[in-house]
Amino acid sequence: MSGLTLLFLIIGLGLIGWLSARVRAVSFRRQTSARFGSLPSHHATHVAMWTVLPAALFIAIWSFTSPALVTDLVLTNPAAQELPPKGFERAAVLSEARNLAEGRGYGAFHPLAETLAPAYAAAQSRYDWIGSAAALLLAFACGAWAYTRVRADYRARSKIERVVMLLLLAASLIAILTTVGIVASLLFESARFFRIVPITDFLFGTHWSPQVISAKDPGASLGAVPLFWGTFFIGAVIAMIVAIPFGLMSAIYLTQYAAPRVRRWMKPILEMLAGVPTVVYGYFAALTVAPAVRDFAVWIGVSWASSESALAAGLVMGVMIIPFVSSMADDSIAAVPASMRDGSLAMGATSSETIRKVVLPAALPGVVGGVLLAISRAIGETMIVVMAASGVATMTLNPFASATTVTKQIVDLLTGEAEFDSPKTLAAFALGLTLFIITLLLNIVALSVVKRYREAYD
Amino acid sequence: MTIKMSAKNVNVFYGTKQAITDVSIDVDQDEVTAFIGPSGCGKSTFLRTLNRMNDTVASAKVTGDIRLDGEDIYAPSMDVVQLRARVGMVFQKPNPFPKSIFENVAYGPRIHGLAANKTDLAEVVEKSLKRAGLWEEVKDRLSESGTALSGGQQQRLCIARAIAVDPEVILMDEPCSALDPIATARIEELIHELKGRYAIVIVTHNMQQAARVSQRTAFFHLGTLVEYGNTSDIFTNPRQERTKDYITGRYG
Repeated sequence: MSGLTLLFLIIGLGLIGWLSARVRAVSFRRQTSARFGSLPSHHATHVAMWTVLPAALFIAIWSFTSPALVTDLVLTNPAAQELPPKGFERAAVLSEARNLAEGRGYGAFHPLAETLAPAYAAAQSRYDWIGSAAALLLAFACGAWAYTRVRADYRARSKIERVVMLLLLAASLIAILTTVGIVASLLFESARFFRIVPITDFLFGTHWSPQVISAKDPGASLGAVPLFWGTFFIGAVIAMIVAIPFGLMSAIYLTQYAAPRVRRWMKPILEMLAGVPTVVYGYFAALTVAPAVRDFAVWIGVSWASSESALAAGLVMGVMIIPFVSSMADDSIAAVPASMRDGSLAMGATSSETIRKVVLPAALPGVVGGVLLAISRAIGETMIVVMAASGVATMTLNPFASATTVTKQIVDLLTGEAEFDSPKTLAAFALGLTLFIITLLLNIVALSVVKRYREAYD
Repeated sequence: MTIKMSAKNVNVFYGTKQAITDVSIDVDQDEVTAFIGPSGCGKSTFLRTLNRMNDTVASAKVTGDIRLDGEDIYAPSMDVVQLRARVGMVFQKPNPFPKSIFENVAYGPRIHGLAANKTDLAEVVEKSLKRAGLWEEVKDRLSESGTALSGGQQQRLCIARAIAVDPEVILMDEPCSALDPIATARIEELIHELKGRYAIVIVTHNMQQAARVSQRTAFFHLGTLVEYGNTSDIFTNPRQERTKDYITGRYG
């Protein structure tokens, strides 16, 4: 039975449950004029939920466990004795056999796969039937049980409330569980990397050239310090030199000086900038800003300036971050009570004195938190640096020199043709993990700063 | 009687809505003037015209003639910064800056350059805190944050802050409405002490308070000035029916 048919059958059962429970619940009302805690529709929904949800949960679990059961069954086939021992090839043959069995393959590369395919198909249809039958049975049993509870005094209404709460909880857990999954996979791959390359070589090594990795000492050319320096230089120094003053000043203008009419059109435009796809900023950086920066460098006498300079990438990244800094600063400036501003103005301070001496100091923790969040965003930013930054890892303080970033290197490492378990590819995961930990720490610090500050005025 | 501030035929508009209609009042140099009236009657709005705090509201427009020592404060030649240094203000809710107690009081002298050096500044701060009756309580912790004080202390700190620039008039916008009775009594005492040195205008919700602290009382209703006279006359022998109804508690 196909999954779709099964789904329709279960929903059909749910619908039947809904209707019959409703009919039964309506009949209570006819018999008496007493007040009921639950309306007929509550009873009906309660039965329908019991019919559909446990079966759906079962199907979800079954779809994760049944492939393993199918494979086990196939392995009992005598032909499976000829399979190569555990490893990549064995998995390749089995997955080919599965593709053939599902009619997706176009001829087999391994002859063994062809002989195993019928066994695969048989095992699969067998477990399909078992799963479908079990799901339908579960749907019917749970629905029937719920139907017996349709009584005048049954509080179906509050049960529905409980289920709604659980559904919402499940929805919010999905994002969290996904993050946990990402971290777990990063950890797993990074662990493999650190079995090949000592963690100290990776974290403190100052030489990065993944193109040539010596088999004897892979750690010697996988020192990540230049990458983190480049990331810091582009994302936290150059970009912030652009983003902090302009973001802050635009927030001050918008909150303190702009007439409501100006603010009404200016703020949405600024926020729209935050929605420009970063790849578009990437074009802009690579095609417009980078040549301009190079020309400028040549004009002031730096003849060797790189056309993939740290400055070009950092400048555009800074512009990208401006709306972010501005809106964070806007929030924290707006959170400073108006009475404080009035207090200063009433002392005879001008607007700019009031902002410098009262509003900004009061908003400072929020602004700092916002800047930290902006930095963590800038150093995780990928598209601009992929397009505009260089691939050569250097440790330089010169903004006209080329510099690379962690994210750029991750992309370069994974888009190559290296095998999946070479130190070169695995290094990408170690870089990703380190970057993740850094941005996570930055976010935690930033959010705690922002939170403590919010409490001060509430 | 020496007239410190005089307002003639003042109207205030917020957009197209008229908040104050044709109000004329003289504020005396040596007395405390109280503005009373029900919520929304325009007493705070009118108070804010006296130091041009309404300027900070974009839609507000003020017409009429308001003079400080005979000088038109809405004249183009009037420097608002100077005006607000001469006409100080204390707000409804204590609003100390998130700075130390010392820096709160030193704020005005610093921005107006009133102290030549550090010792001068420390003197001004001490004198202001003493006049505001707060010195004894805070002299050992001047570097602590002003926001850490109790509500009543914060309000006296705000009064000290206003006094520090040596104003001629002090406007108080319901200064006790956020305070408990003991702190309120302390502020009222302070108003008595400050009387004579500064012309004081106080907006209050509390009629007993007006009776206790003021010599002149103005009763506002629906944006108009209903009656203005000696406090004792207003409370014992009001000329207007509306005033009588309000002070006897018929409405408000």
